[in-house]
Amino acid sequence: MTIAPERMEELESHPPNHGSEPSGIYKWVTSTDHKVIGKNYMYTALVFFFIAGLMAELIRTQLFAPNNHFVSPQTYNELFTIHGSIMLYIFAGPFVFGGFANFLVPLQIGAPDMAFPRLNALSYWLFLTGSVTMLLGFLTASGAAAFGWVAYAPLSDSTYSPGAGPDLWIVSVALVGFSGIFTAVNLVTTIFYLRAPGLTMFRMPVFTWNMLVTGILILISFPVLTAALVMLYADRHFGTHIFSVKGGGVPVLWQNLFWFFGHPEVYILALPYFGIITEVLPVFSKKPVFGYKGLVFATLAIAGLSTGVWAHHMFTTGTVLLPFFSAMSLLIAVPTGIKIFTWIGTIWRGNLDFKTPLIFAIGFIVAFTMGGITGVMLASPPIDFYTHDTYFVVAHFHQVLFGSAVFAGFAGFYYWYPKLTGRMYRESLGKWHFWLTFIGFNITFLPQYLLGLRGMPRRIAEYGPSDGFTFLNKVSTVGAYVTAIAFVVFLYNFWISWRKPIPAGDNPWDGHTLEWATSSPPPSHNFHKLPPIRSLRPTWDMNHPEHADWKAHQEELARKKSKEREAAL
Amino acid sequence: MRASGLLGSASFPRRLVHLSRLPKVVRVVGTGLGASLVLGACNLPTFAINKGATTQGRDTFHLFQLFTIISIPVLLSVFVPLGWAIFRYRKKDESIPKQTHSHIPVEVTWTVIPILIVAFLFVLTVQVENKVTAVSSHPNLRVNVVGFQWGWKFNYPSFGVTKVTQGVGGSSVYPQLVLPEGETTTIHLVSNDVVHGFYVPQFDFSRYALPGVNNYFDFTPTQTGTFIGRCSQLCGLYHSEMLFTVKVVTPAQFNSWISQQSHNTIGA
Repeated sequence: MTIAPERMEELESHPPNHGSEPSGIYKWVTSTDHKVIGKNYMYTALVFFFIAGLMAELIRTQLFAPNNHFVSPQTYNELFTIHGSIMLYIFAGPFVFGGFANFLVPLQIGAPDMAFPRLNALSYWLFLTGSVTMLLGFLTASGAAAFGWVAYAPLSDSTYSPGAGPDLWIVSVALVGFSGIFTAVNLVTTIFYLRAPGLTMFRMPVFTWNMLVTGILILISFPVLTAALVMLYADRHFGTHIFSVKGGGVPVLWQNLFWFFGHPEVYILALPYFGIITEVLPVFSKKPVFGYKGLVFATLAIAGLSTGVWAHHMFTTGTVLLPFFSAMSLLIAVPTGIKIFTWIGTIWRGNLDFKTPLIFAIGFIVAFTMGGITGVMLASPPIDFYTHDTYFVVAHFHQVLFGSAVFAGFAGFYYWYPKLTGRMYRESLGKWHFWLTFIGFNITFLPQYLLGLRGMPRRIAEYGPSDGFTFLNKVSTVGAYVTAIAFVVFLYNFWISWRKPIPAGDNPWDGHTLEWATSSPPPSHNFHKLPPIRSLRPTWDMNHPEHADWKAHQEELARKKSKEREAAL
Repeated sequence: MRASGLLGSASFPRRLVHLSRLPKVVRVVGTGLGASLVLGACNLPTFAINKGATTQGRDTFHLFQLFTIISIPVLLSVFVPLGWAIFRYRKKDESIPKQTHSHIPVEVTWTVIPILIVAFLFVLTVQVENKVTAVSSHPNLRVNVVGFQWGWKFNYPSFGVTKVTQGVGGSSVYPQLVLPEGETTTIHLVSNDVVHGFYVPQFDFSRYALPGVNNYFDFTPTQTGTFIGRCSQLCGLYHSEMLFTVKVVTPAQFNSWISQQSHNTIGA
């Protein structure tokens, strides 16, 4: 690796191929450009977010009143199964890991593209195929899968869930899983091998760091899920008895395999969003990220611990070692707490510009902190015995996952929207979007904690009038409707910026990292010039030479040396 | 009786982490603080948590109450500085603030204090967990509970009495589990089809009914009354209707009730 030169590095211009470059639909279908694929991922994930959000509205409508018959129990079970499956497998992960990461990681490390552009295109097409397959279940005679996104055996075997719907679910998750594995291979390779000269590991933006760690976690956990899906498919069709007691199989094995994937998975969903937050907060505070190395080590600690906490989903099975998994689960709160405090340290004494991305980022911190604290409660087995599989857990994981995928996701979307499109969104509509989402979100999920404490199990299609659940469910449903309105505001913002574009400029936020050193949207192969990379914030250093990070480091070194000299004298 | 599933016996290896193995300082401080907080907890708000109608449930309630109380300063330690930053550091001009990169003492503080807090929470957890999962070697009563699609079967093996759900889909007759107050009942829980969750909200307790795995746990009810029971784990079409009731009566009432039941009675 060469040392970065002092001046802006002129990159060799690529042969002009504008004459033969495809355009329109053809370009979107055939492209291996990481930016096009990243956008494909994002927009596909957003469409599925919308579909799964509609399912959530139907679920909430069913629960609006006791003994409601808005949908049948069978339909209800299908709705929450596909809602959860889409949100976790198709929206929350691919939106950030296929979308943001694809678009941003090569830009942030000064690379022309991903390491394997064609593998990248394959990932997207597997993802799209898998996503459509998830919906196809609704078209089969026996309906879509209805065993929850966790598909516990033996409920998911051919005896208790016959028909094509569950098979389509298995195939869908396997396809999306392969897409994730390929993207992970691609990202990890790209980050290790394609960093620009001067961009050392500890000059990588935290977003890229988190994507690297997420990629490694995907490589650890997704193959386990894929293997479990193959076993389940074999049980259903090839007469094996891996998960059925009758043939000498072990149903609990499914839970172990699933959660060995499933708990790293929730950090696979969270870490990239933590990365987004860590990009947004410094830029809108006009400060560097506070405690950068601490944050990186916290990310690594979360990743390490996350492979040893899976059985906290199985405390009530009576088959796991409670103190071990309890201790590991409690411990993971420590690096997560470090992150939250580091974020506050970043905005502390900053010059906070309350644009939409910053507001969404702060909304994320609020939601995630509450969800994190109830997560610590759930890490204690006795408390889990009481609240397991109740709305307390539903409220907990929606606060952390909705907090991540929606609040941090939209923080990132608004932040990078100018870079994605070259256009600016409407600031006031963005704020409306935030406040409606934030209010709707809290009205929806805070009452669910109380419902859980009162004993309302999750995934029940109906409750009785004398259960004491009615009022809180009504409140929760109203909140869900408010959240739906917020999404309409977002769509309108998107639409109007498309119809009446406002040019954004290349670096509207005074960004810190390399993606803001190129044009918006970036050209094919990303950069014509690269600024010298001598710190974590090359673009900031270039635009603020008097406050450059490398200067501060040099001054600090000089100060230390003169002190040493004084001491020696 | 204690048949093992392939993954081992379902009863918890509950003394694997015994408190005596923890450092003495942690033990003393943890137990002392825990005890004083538990004693003080009687006058504290319940935070909408069920108080637990069994001795085991009452322990869970106190633990949950303590976790909630401890969570308040933790929550404030995030929300107060966050709120202050939002209020105080709002952009006023285009000036560039001091570029602070790190502050090691502060970072060490917010690493060490959370470690101490979770270590303390772990000590409390292990204490309560050992009590809640303890299975008596000489219970006053044994009941076999079987979960099935979609209902429950309660069998009193010493008396040859069985209660079972009749029908599903809106016209169910829910079975009643009758337990004597102040006496310890060991429940033997199993499923004969898919995974179910045996959940009594008022007892602050649930446990999976798993096919092929025998689960044992104790209830020592502390108050008479009738409590709703539910299936907590999704088990198919009529999951939401898999209800039952637990009726806690005095030992004398229990004895007269059980003697009135003809052998193998069906229904509620």
